[in-house]
Amino acid sequence: MAVTFDGGVIIGSDSRATRGGEEVSSKTINKLVQVHQRIFCCMAGSLADAQAVLKTASFQLNLHSVQMEAPPRVIAAASLLRKLCYHNKDELQAGFITAGWDPQKGPQVYVVSLGGMLISQPFTIAGSGSTYIYGYTDAKYRPHMTREEGLQFVTNALALAMGRDNVSGGVAHLVVITEEGAEHVVIPGNKLPKFHDE
Amino acid sequence: MSSIGTGYDLSASTFSPDGRVFQVEYAMKAVENSSTAIAVRCKDGVVFGVEKLVLSKLYEEGSNKRIFNVDKHVGMAVAGLLADARSLSEVAREEASNFRSNYGYQVPLKHLADRVAMYVHAYTLYSAVRPFGCSFILGSYDVDDGPQLYMVDPSGIAYGYWGCAIGKAKQAAKTEIEKLSMKDMTCREVVKEVAKIIYIVHDEVKDKAFELDLSWVGEVTNGRHELVPKDVREEAEKYAKDSLEEEDDSDEDNM
Repeated sequence: MAVTFDGGVIIGSDSRATRGGEEVSSKTINKLVQVHQRIFCCMAGSLADAQAVLKTASFQLNLHSVQMEAPPRVIAAASLLRKLCYHNKDELQAGFITAGWDPQKGPQVYVVSLGGMLISQPFTIAGSGSTYIYGYTDAKYRPHMTREEGLQFVTNALALAMGRDNVSGGVAHLVVITEEGAEHVVIPGNKLPKFHDE
Repeated sequence: MSSIGTGYDLSASTFSPDGRVFQVEYAMKAVENSSTAIAVRCKDGVVFGVEKLVLSKLYEEGSNKRIFNVDKHVGMAVAGLLADARSLSEVAREEASNFRSNYGYQVPLKHLADRVAMYVHAYTLYSAVRPFGCSFILGSYDVDDGPQLYMVDPSGIAYGYWGCAIGKAKQAAKTEIEKLSMKDMTCREVVKEVAKIIYIVHDEVKDKAFELDLSWVGEVTNGRHELVPKDVREEAEKYAKDSLEEEDDSDEDNM
């Protein structure tokens, strides 16, 4: 998931990868990929497809940034991903959340869906665990949160999703992106907030 | 000023002994034969003015436009071979459109100017093709970079400017443009000055009838490149004609 707050964005995910829903193949993978200094992407769908697409898009984004002699815009990263997902939709099963900060528009969150739709949202959730937290995020999200409120929002949401979804779990990876840069926060499973029945 | 290249000027793939590519220089001569086009970048936008010579009374009014729209926020004024200029405007349009499609935002003018300049430059490398016989001025306005103005000539160089002129009266026009303090002026003020400059440099003796094409892009148009609206045009032309008459009167007094 990713959410904008006053002055930045927070992008977060769990760290579990499963094989066929039966075996946890990794407890600690990082699904948050840095495509540029202030732009991160979250992968969804087939991780193999997503990694391949991200590698290509990262390269194109870097080249673009060098040509423009300026840090790339978040919309540029999202548009490159969209182009790849849309024009190869027959072969790929990959979706992304792109979140970042740029000097032109400030904090932004974009969603690129499986077929190649690109939209901008103030916050978004995705992945199998997201179904359990639509109610929570819809109720608790407020525009112009502070950084601390944003962190609390994401931490709680991830904890609730990881608590109910069997294929989500592990640690919570969060990245806070602002004008100053990107800061990675990792919260181990046992330090996540506990809710009813835990 | 004109020198004959005898022998070294047959193709663009040949240098002369003193290091010149004559075909490119001849292309620039083609631009100098065309009527003048100027553009001025001011505080909040860019204004284009073209002296469009009317060669025949049978021409439909407004035909053979020399100012093109390249993208919503980019305008292009040309001088030289109009057919070459038209095909380059299509190239510029495709570049701008591809950029928007790939990256999701409007192309920054510096990048567009560099891309089209690279294309123009490619035609100066081979003997199988001739260089483009036109220069053009690109201007844009967007909220992030503000007003921008670039000029590309047949050699394939793009430079950024605050004010520039191309065509037969470019020297006279440049002198007039240099007198303006455009960094402190708004589009509305500059459009009158641009009209005045075109009227000043227009040669009444050699070329008779002409149409003045004015266009602008800036805060005043919300970032869209458009032809100047009729009332602003008329005001600008009136200002231009009145200023010329004043100068004529003052000349008579001195006599």
